[in-house]
Amino acid sequence: MIPLSHYLIVSALIFAIGTAGVFLRRNLITILLSIEIMLNAVNLTFVAFARQSGSLDGQIIVLFVMAVAAAEAAVGLAIVIGLYRHRESLNPDAFASLKW
Amino acid sequence: MLALIPLFPLLGFLINASFGRRLPKTLSGSVASAVMVASFAVSAMAVWQIAGLPAEQRAIEQTVYTWIASGDFVLDLRLRVDPLSAVMILVITGIGSLIHIYSAAYMHEEADGEYARYFSYLNLFAAFMLVLVLGANFLVLFVGWEGVGLCSYLLIGFWFKKRSAADAGKKAFVVNRIGDYAFILGMLFLFVRFGTLDFQQLAATVATIPPEAGVFGALSIASLLLFIGATGKSAQIPLYVWLPDAMEGPTPVSALIHAATMVTAGVYMIGRNAVLFSHAPETMLIVAVVGALTALMAGTIGLVQNDIKRVLAYSTVSQLGLMFLAMGMGAFGAGIFHLYTHAFFKALLFLGAGAVIHALHGEQDIRNMGGLKGYLPVTYWTFVIGALAIAGVPFLSGFFSKDEILYETFRGGHWILWLIGVVASLLTAIYMFRLVFLTFHGQRRYGPAVSNSSHHAPSHRAPSHLHDAPPAMALVLIVLAIGSVLAGYVGVPHVLGGQNHLAAWLAPSFAAPGAIVAGEVAGGLEAPAKAAEGAALELTLMGVSSAIALIGIGIAAFIWLRRPEIAAAMARHYPGLHRLLLNKYYVDEVYDAMVVQPIQVGSQDILWRGFDVRVIDGAVNGTGVIVAAGSAVLRQLQTGSVRAYAGSMFIGVVVILGYYLWR
Repeated sequence: MIPLSHYLIVSALIFAIGTAGVFLRRNLITILLSIEIMLNAVNLTFVAFARQSGSLDGQIIVLFVMAVAAAEAAVGLAIVIGLYRHRESLNPDAFASLKW
Repeated sequence: MLALIPLFPLLGFLINASFGRRLPKTLSGSVASAVMVASFAVSAMAVWQIAGLPAEQRAIEQTVYTWIASGDFVLDLRLRVDPLSAVMILVITGIGSLIHIYSAAYMHEEADGEYARYFSYLNLFAAFMLVLVLGANFLVLFVGWEGVGLCSYLLIGFWFKKRSAADAGKKAFVVNRIGDYAFILGMLFLFVRFGTLDFQQLAATVATIPPEAGVFGALSIASLLLFIGATGKSAQIPLYVWLPDAMEGPTPVSALIHAATMVTAGVYMIGRNAVLFSHAPETMLIVAVVGALTALMAGTIGLVQNDIKRVLAYSTVSQLGLMFLAMGMGAFGAGIFHLYTHAFFKALLFLGAGAVIHALHGEQDIRNMGGLKGYLPVTYWTFVIGALAIAGVPFLSGFFSKDEILYETFRGGHWILWLIGVVASLLTAIYMFRLVFLTFHGQRRYGPAVSNSSHHAPSHRAPSHLHDAPPAMALVLIVLAIGSVLAGYVGVPHVLGGQNHLAAWLAPSFAAPGAIVAGEVAGGLEAPAKAAEGAALELTLMGVSSAIALIGIGIAAFIWLRRPEIAAAMARHYPGLHRLLLNKYYVDEVYDAMVVQPIQVGSQDILWRGFDVRVIDGAVNGTGVIVAAGSAVLRQLQTGSVRAYAGSMFIGVVVILGYYLWR
């Protein structure tokens, strides 16, 4: 059996990749995808802990996270389309007018 | 029962103030007069009741409720009728009723709402005045004291749309406030010193202290402060300036408030604290000197004034000065006696002047009158009776009271003050008859062209429209004229075979509670030789003052009836003096330069432009400027860049988690 720490290391790596994507990519759609990756890294952690402790709670939370992620993707993509229509751009730095 | 006396007028006030707008004029006038008559009836019953008691116990009290109870200090809202307040309540409700009835006719040209407003103020005034004279301690007196000041303000400014009337009301209020400040200090001083504000307890305590002869101690300070309060309310030097201006109010108001009742409050207050004042001889001397000087000064001003009501106003100031002279000489009975007779003839004179003004549709300048004798017979004859009474012609009411004051002053050994009093009496006779002759005798100078007044619409100016006082007003004038003749007979002095009932009646009020007053009551029980000597002196002085009154009338008749050019020639001959008198010694101007202007300049340049604009506004605006400057730095953080926000959130989370992991 693969020990828990392996899962956690993999999960941490995926989470770091997702975080890096959110911060470094210049395309809103890619950023949304990166957020999905971060969520899935968290899912992996939940499932690993659930397996370890023999409880089903973690797996149920994963189902919730997936549902929320689907909704978030739908809303997020809708906003992205709206923004694109507004500015003809998907670069997040183009949307910097929300300030003093 | 005592509480009913002020409650009746208060009820009238409530009715007229709440529903007056919707009541017809006759009803609101009748309600106001009826409550005054009811109050008079209750007062008469109360006085009758105390008259039945032996002299030393003549007082009834009623504690309405306990007003303040704090630790050892208990203060009741207590009313008390003793011989002194008995005289006062009879004068207030009696003369007050007459003036209410007169007003009902006089004010008939006002609109319904205004009419009711007038009567509600008048009733409220009566209620407060009755509280003032019935109060058994300083605080209850003070409630009335302030209340009458308020009503005086409201009534002086009754025609508040007229600028001068509104200003006069304000002036009266502010000047009175200066006196009231000293009065409050005096009350506090007495309270701190003696721990009581009750008149009876205070008198009993003070009576155990020896009089402060030659030193200016606590009693002198307290009584002096109270006297300053009295100079405000009773129009004495230096605070008399408001009273002549108060003539902007309706004439019956001048009669009731600014001649017969309210302005006598200061005299009453000194009489009420007779024990305190007589234990402070230094203050008493100040009171007497101030009174005498006021009498003289106001008399000289009255000689040259041309407004019929202003002449009467200065005459009031002058007569009040004589009352204070009596109070200062310790002749409290004489002062109150003059207060009582003065109420009759001064109310009569003012109401007579009101009838003249009413007939002439608002004309007040005596230069534009003259020859009215034939047109206004009732007004003329009653006015002459009033003038004779105030001049001190023998056997009218003013003669007895004024004579008693002058006699007591002479007996007190202050012959200079006596001389001033005599000169003031002479001036009284002269200016009163100047007024009579210029108004009623000689050529008629009232015509279509001349008018420099006032609130009444000058619609009819033909002589055929000169009508005498309507019945209600004429009746009041006649009743007051009878009073002016007969009122003095309650105080006929012993030398003229009288009993001086009034002095004997009042004596217990001026003595400490429980003191033996027999010696004062029976002035005639002195050693016979001394009594005879005193009688001779009194008769001589009486002769002098009668002669003075007749000489004064004679002078007035000579100048203003026979040789009108003399007055003008004198004015030309002494232009400086004439201008000085005409401008009232420039006292208003001096006060304006010394008090009003510095306060205005100080308020504007120092307090407003300096302190308010610089310091207060500076602090408020400075706070804003500091916050704005700080924000200008801090808001640089809010870039609008979503990635920067996300980055700072991320760093924050890492830092917090790191802290918990590695701590």
